[in-house]
Amino acid sequence: MNKKIEKKSSVKIRKHWTKNDTELTVLALPTTIWFVLFSFLPMFGLIIAFKNYKVIGGKNFIYNVIHSEWSGLKNFQFLIKSNDLYTILRNTILYNLAFIVLGTILAVALAVMIDLLRSKRRSKVYQTLMFFPYFMSWVVAAYFLDAFLNQDKGLLNNTLRGSGNEPVQWYMKASVWPFILIFMYLWKTTGYNMVIYLSSISGIDTTLYEAAVVDGASKRQQVRYITLPGLKNVVVMMFILNVGKVFYSDFGLFYQLSQGATGSIFSTTATIDTYVFNALQSATPIGMTSAATFFQSVACCITILLANWIVKKMDPDSAII
Amino acid sequence: MKKRKEENSVSNLNMISKKTDISFNIIFIVLALICIVPVIFIFMISLSSEQSIQTNGYRMIPEAFSLDSYIFIFREGQMILRSLGISVLVTVVGTILGVILTTLMGYVLSRSEFKLNGFFTMVVFIPMIFNGGMISQYVVNTQFMHLKDTIWALILPLCVNSFNIVICKTFFKSNIPDSVIESAQIDGASQFTIFRKIALPLSKPMLATIALFLTFGYWNDWFQSSLYITNTKLFSLQALLDHVQRNIEMMANNPSLGVNMQQYMNSMPKEGARMAMAIIIIIPIACTYPFFQKYFISGLTVGAVKG
Repeated sequence: MNKKIEKKSSVKIRKHWTKNDTELTVLALPTTIWFVLFSFLPMFGLIIAFKNYKVIGGKNFIYNVIHSEWSGLKNFQFLIKSNDLYTILRNTILYNLAFIVLGTILAVALAVMIDLLRSKRRSKVYQTLMFFPYFMSWVVAAYFLDAFLNQDKGLLNNTLRGSGNEPVQWYMKASVWPFILIFMYLWKTTGYNMVIYLSSISGIDTTLYEAAVVDGASKRQQVRYITLPGLKNVVVMMFILNVGKVFYSDFGLFYQLSQGATGSIFSTTATIDTYVFNALQSATPIGMTSAATFFQSVACCITILLANWIVKKMDPDSAII
Repeated sequence: MKKRKEENSVSNLNMISKKTDISFNIIFIVLALICIVPVIFIFMISLSSEQSIQTNGYRMIPEAFSLDSYIFIFREGQMILRSLGISVLVTVVGTILGVILTTLMGYVLSRSEFKLNGFFTMVVFIPMIFNGGMISQYVVNTQFMHLKDTIWALILPLCVNSFNIVICKTFFKSNIPDSVIESAQIDGASQFTIFRKIALPLSKPMLATIALFLTFGYWNDWFQSSLYITNTKLFSLQALLDHVQRNIEMMANNPSLGVNMQQYMNSMPKEGARMAMAIIIIIPIACTYPFFQKYFISGLTVGAVKG
């Protein structure tokens, strides 16, 4: 869409290069340099997934990339053969789907509810308090969690001991982690998402509600036929944004809370990102892990475009690109 | 009089029943508690005496209160105070640099008569849907730009993102009339003067939004440190917190590491002091975010408008 308009206008306006254009180019230059260094050069760097990347002393990165041997798909074969690929791919996708579905339902429901509260002052207080976890980093959140789950001193184990039960080694028990991670994700993001949805509820034309009241619609009917349809666009937009990131995981969530996402809870906490990060810290060849990130980048790009394309087919107004 | 009565009955129809209102309130009180209880809990631990943590574990209401953790931090915690300094420095420099780079690009993209507009839009747009991933970013930053173990590794990678630029562009486009810019041009102002003297002063709410996004981003960042920083002198508070936690885990997992490690651990902040560090990170946020909340929301809704 955008492209078409630009093409048209550039044909129409194209006269000659003015002083104005020179000045604007100069203004755009610093940020463009940033994008080249921190965004486009790493894109070029993705080639190392197909190379036997070696660092040659005294030469810079671009020289190294160009002069490393091609290794074809060897890095990918290596990745596919390792048993971890299935686990990390499954975890990444399933967690993201759970986050998208549960996160959206919970946040929309709460936004509708908080909008209905009679006291606006209380509503503001609840919003402020529930927004709070969003501003915590995952490192701090990991401290919170540890205070509850710690093996020796944590509140949960203390309570278990107090009531005469065996304490549980939470950080070793793989089966509880899906629940912990989903809970913590909702804990951190629900307030924030609720506020986003709430701000679009307050953007709904109030005359619609007035008309509904005149027609004798109950509050429940108003929610069903005015509020929820009014939220559709923003829900779809958030959906596209999240689906686009389905191959990415919120690294801090998985890595910090599970204290490394390794060991006996690897099977339920490791995602592509924690796997790559752990590999980067160890002696694993860089080529192999870069195969994993190459797959991630390409898959992410495809899912964003696909999600956007599907939405565009269904409802052109909701698409974002 | 009659009219008012009618209005009253209408607004009554437009409200939920008292019963529902009460049950909704209870739900929100519970949820709000879930959101803030962990902070109170950590705060209580930081006020417990080391003795009572050792014997009773973490408790909501400690057996013995003490301010030792905070006294320790301010008297002996040079490492902690240093990392607080790094955190502040990175946040301030990063935010200023980020705001400059973001608004410059946002302004350029908002000028639709610019001949390279399409090109620069692509420069900003492509990174939104495609990126090089963690490994190649790491390789570029360490082997090409040599950022490893420098403070710039904490600042540069985070200072620009496409989302902020789109917010900026949308704001300039809808809030600064073309006629103002044209008349300034007729008066002989260069684009830089227009940007500095007209565009920026008219965009204070947007500047606040971008600056806030960046400030919270920098203050809460630990990931860049964990990738690029090995020198403990360059640790930010978050990185130090992360580092201490990981070393404690390592100790717990490998009791055989021996005396050296044990000595090293003894020099690390104790339980209470660690929790006090977390509190030091949280306090500036907790004190300021209620006032800035509205900028966050307005920023998000502006960003939601199709660019």
